Amino acid sequence: MDFPMFHLDWLNDRFLIAVIAIIHVMINHGLAVGFIPYITWLEYKGVKNAPPDQITDNKWDNLIYNKMKVAFIITTTIGAMTGVGIWFSVALVSPSSIGSLIRVFYWAWFTEWVVFVTEVVLIMIYYLTWKNSNKSLNAKLKHIRFGAFLSIASWITMVIIVSILGFMMDPGNWNTDKSLLNGFTNPIYLPQLAFRTPVAMLVGGVFGMLLTTIFSRKDSEIRTKAIKYAGRWVLLWTPFAIAGAIFYWNVMPEAMKANMSTAVGSMDFEQYYDLLKYFIVGAASLSIILAIWALAKPKKVNFAVVVLPCLFVFGFLGIFERVREFVRKPYVIGNYMYSNLLREEDYPLYKKDGILKHATYASVHEITPENKVMAGRDVFILTCSRCHTTNGINSIIDVFENMYGKGKPLNEQAMATYIPAMHQGRAFMPPFPGNKKELEALVAYIKQLQESGESLQGAQSAGVAINPLNAVDEVAKGLEAEAAQNKDNETTK
Amino acid sequence: MLLQINTPVPKDIPLDLPLPEWLLVTLLIVSFLFHIIFINLMVGGSIITLWAQIKGLKNKQYDLFAYEIAKTITVNKSIAVVLGVAPLLSINTLYTVYFYSANALTGFAWIMIIPLVTIAFLLTYLHKYSWTVMSKHRGIHIGIIALSVLIFLFIPLIFLTNVNLMMFPEKWGTVKGFLSALVLPNVFPRYFEFLGACIAVTGIFIVWYNGRKNYPFEDIYYTFTRAQIKRIGYHIALIGLAAQIVFGSIVLMTLPAKGVSFEVIEIMGVAGGLLVLALWWIWKTIKDTDERLDKHFWKIAIAILAFMVCYGGSRQMYRHNALDKHQRMMASHTASFQAMSKEARESPVEEEMDLVIDESLGDLAKGTALFQASCAGCHQLDQQLVGPPIKEMKQIYEGDEEKLIAWIKAPGKKRQELMQMPGFPQIPDEDLKEIAKYILSVE
Ligand code: HEC
Ligand code: HEC
Repeated sequence: MDFPMFHLDWLNDRFLIAVIAIIHVMINHGLAVGFIPYITWLEYKGVKNAPPDQITDNKWDNLIYNKMKVAFIITTTIGAMTGVGIWFSVALVSPSSIGSLIRVFYWAWFTEWVVFVTEVVLIMIYYLTWKNSNKSLNAKLKHIRFGAFLSIASWITMVIIVSILGFMMDPGNWNTDKSLLNGFTNPIYLPQLAFRTPVAMLVGGVFGMLLTTIFSRKDSEIRTKAIKYAGRWVLLWTPFAIAGAIFYWNVMPEAMKANMSTAVGSMDFEQYYDLLKYFIVGAASLSIILAIWALAKPKKVNFAVVVLPCLFVFGFLGIFERVREFVRKPYVIGNYMYSNLLREEDYPLYKKDGILKHATYASVHEITPENKVMAGRDVFILTCSRCHTTNGINSIIDVFENMYGKGKPLNEQAMATYIPAMHQGRAFMPPFPGNKKELEALVAYIKQLQESGESLQGAQSAGVAINPLNAVDEVAKGLEAEAAQNKDNETTK
Repeated sequence: MLLQINTPVPKDIPLDLPLPEWLLVTLLIVSFLFHIIFINLMVGGSIITLWAQIKGLKNKQYDLFAYEIAKTITVNKSIAVVLGVAPLLSINTLYTVYFYSANALTGFAWIMIIPLVTIAFLLTYLHKYSWTVMSKHRGIHIGIIALSVLIFLFIPLIFLTNVNLMMFPEKWGTVKGFLSALVLPNVFPRYFEFLGACIAVTGIFIVWYNGRKNYPFEDIYYTFTRAQIKRIGYHIALIGLAAQIVFGSIVLMTLPAKGVSFEVIEIMGVAGGLLVLALWWIWKTIKDTDERLDKHFWKIAIAILAFMVCYGGSRQMYRHNALDKHQRMMASHTASFQAMSKEARESPVEEEMDLVIDESLGDLAKGTALFQASCAGCHQLDQQLVGPPIKEMKQIYEGDEEKLIAWIKAPGKKRQELMQMPGFPQIPDEDLKEIAKYILSVE
């Protein structure tokens, strides 16, 4: 509406955000929150099991240091950049929503940033002072204590970030209190934390085991020992992970309902939700098998054995994120802004005037038979393009062909009947905002898309067409007229 | 037709700023200052590393020097990134419409920042940690840092293009992608001024870094002395400052007139004066004896810092001037849009699309209309569309309205070849009754 529309016509805009966000969560949980306590624990074991005349078992310490190095490199590169990347991608795809959120939750973001800075600085100190601390027992113990402190700090980052995610998903608080505290009282807050904490630990342990198989020589004693420790760690956290996952899984439909204006589950949500069951069972049993194997036959554990469970537990985190995303549709900001970036309160105006008239960027503002398809393209960009592509992932042609038959010519009449009611049957979609002419233009465009297979470029390559009604000249005229009228009103009073 | 400039006037986000504007501006300038210092060190550091390592092919001492600088890049880059979030947050809040519009118009390049910087970061680690392993393959090893320098040189162009484009809404309609925004006036002079700053700041950093008491200099180098390295640092800074002064003057001369005011020129002039002062002190230092290399150090550092504050401040003033009129117009436009929206909310138009009730149908009028609105996209009278025809429904549910209503609320899955029908629990019971009445009446 008021922003040039960035659009990825194959990958899908939402997909871009999802990929970046999921990678970030995996790294944050698996390599910071869950990994650092694990590393600190192992560092401590090294000191405890050291030969009498030494500060720590040096070979062991070196192995643990190398593992930390990997986590350090990944968190300060991919981890940090995907964190920034979430901002970048959301700003591109969903500028009005993030723009609104930061105006209201500026301090929440600011807090998150302070936490982020602290975390990065602490991780750097922990890692960079490791080797120096090996010079005296005192320094080493201090270093280990610092590790424990860092573990708590990174867990706190999660506590805060989960709450920020929480308040953005809770429909109530935007319109009423606008307070960060709501994030903590959100019904899915505790379940989320109960799920994320042990799963992060689990991921940390499995990933740690994977690194052990890389950084230690086969059949060496420290390798056997490290694998056994990892096994113990994984075994310890798995029951909590299962319990947390079940807890979270059980409250999800509740949250889903609370977030939908209409209390209907979407087909997608249900599919994913069902899939989750298998993921919980799969990830849990794989972890247990791996842990038991590591404890019983540590010499038989190699890279190939660990890599699959490792991918699986990462996937475990990812799939929950994916499902959580559904809870937000059709709103980006509960009961305030729909995912098509239009505010609910403006819908009556759009219904009256149509959306094109009020769009800053549109090539058509007055629909005629000649420009109908062009207008339809504008309508598509404004109302569907945040979630649908023309030919790529979740393409508009596919979803309609799924309904009306693959490869069969689409029927404009049927589509025009379906679209105004689409939010009722498929509650994850916002209601169609435009007027009747715009609806007809939209279906004409979809029809042409099906026939021509053409693609749609976003503002990043095609630029924007400025709607003259919302350009300086017209706006100035409008404002002058308004001012004149106000003056008239005053004088008549 | 008159060929006219088409300047869009979008509507702003209709929510108040979270903080007073002056406070946000202050936060923006201060946090940006910290961010940019570390960016300078990251970019400048990697350039100097590359240079020193190439020199190190002949003179081993330079290789050691390169390694010492390389170790600082990976730390500075982490700080640079995390410190960048605060100014990003502030500029997003202050200039939401302008900044995001520029981002979207250069969207592909903008999002490429993420993978590119990630790659550059990974390369700097690879470069640092493979220093001894690759001592036999110096060519490849230098190639690694050269690649990350290339990326580091490219990224600032994307940022500068964005902060430049955001100030010129009148250009938004003509921009097609990153490259066309890149060539707008003033981007390149600013870019080269920035590179000069990277070199200058890194030079000063080298002087400080090698002067620290607890830095085990003598364990690291065997022929270089502290004084020698400090001199290298000062020379680097000298080159950087000279470049800044040259390109800074070009920036000043090519500044599009729209945001220029006497204050902007004055402050930029003061900033330039500070640079000249720093340059003069460096020059004197280089001419002096080894013992007195630190004499002007803090003066130089402070002059450069003061320059940054002035320059940053004047850029903000320029931005403010450039956008002031447009922002005001946008605010009025937003207000009038909100008034219209409110009016429409209070007296909504007839739901022209949802219900077209044809009274001639009498008793069935409402049911028919409701069915048209919610179901006809998938069901036709006597042909299968997405779901079975209405006639088939009637056959199945003849005389069992309850069951029919139950299905509509929460459909099951019957026909394997068809998709799942969505449920309609939100339709009120009396309306469902009307729909059912209609379905069961068809012939
Ligand atoms: C909030 C994001 C969102 C927006 C905005 C959106 N859709 Fe959808 N739409 C979806 C999702 C998700 C699906 C489910 C796709 C699937 O099942 O794989 C879907 C499915 C559909 C379907 C198939 C429905 C069915 O019953 O199978 C149609 C048709 C459709 N969309 C049309 C549109 C049109 C037309 C617009 C614009 C006016 C639009 N959508 C806007 C997210 C959205
Ligand atoms: C998105 C498309 C869609 C919409 C909208 C839709 N239906 Fe259906 N409907 C279907 C499909 C597909 C089936 C077949 C389901 C099956 O057999 O599993 C179906 C089946 C039915 C049946 C047959 C049930 C049976 O026992 O065989 C009835 C009755 C029905 N729909 C009524 C309605 C009514 C009333 C509405 C409007 C409130 C509606 N449908 C809206 C797709 C739709």
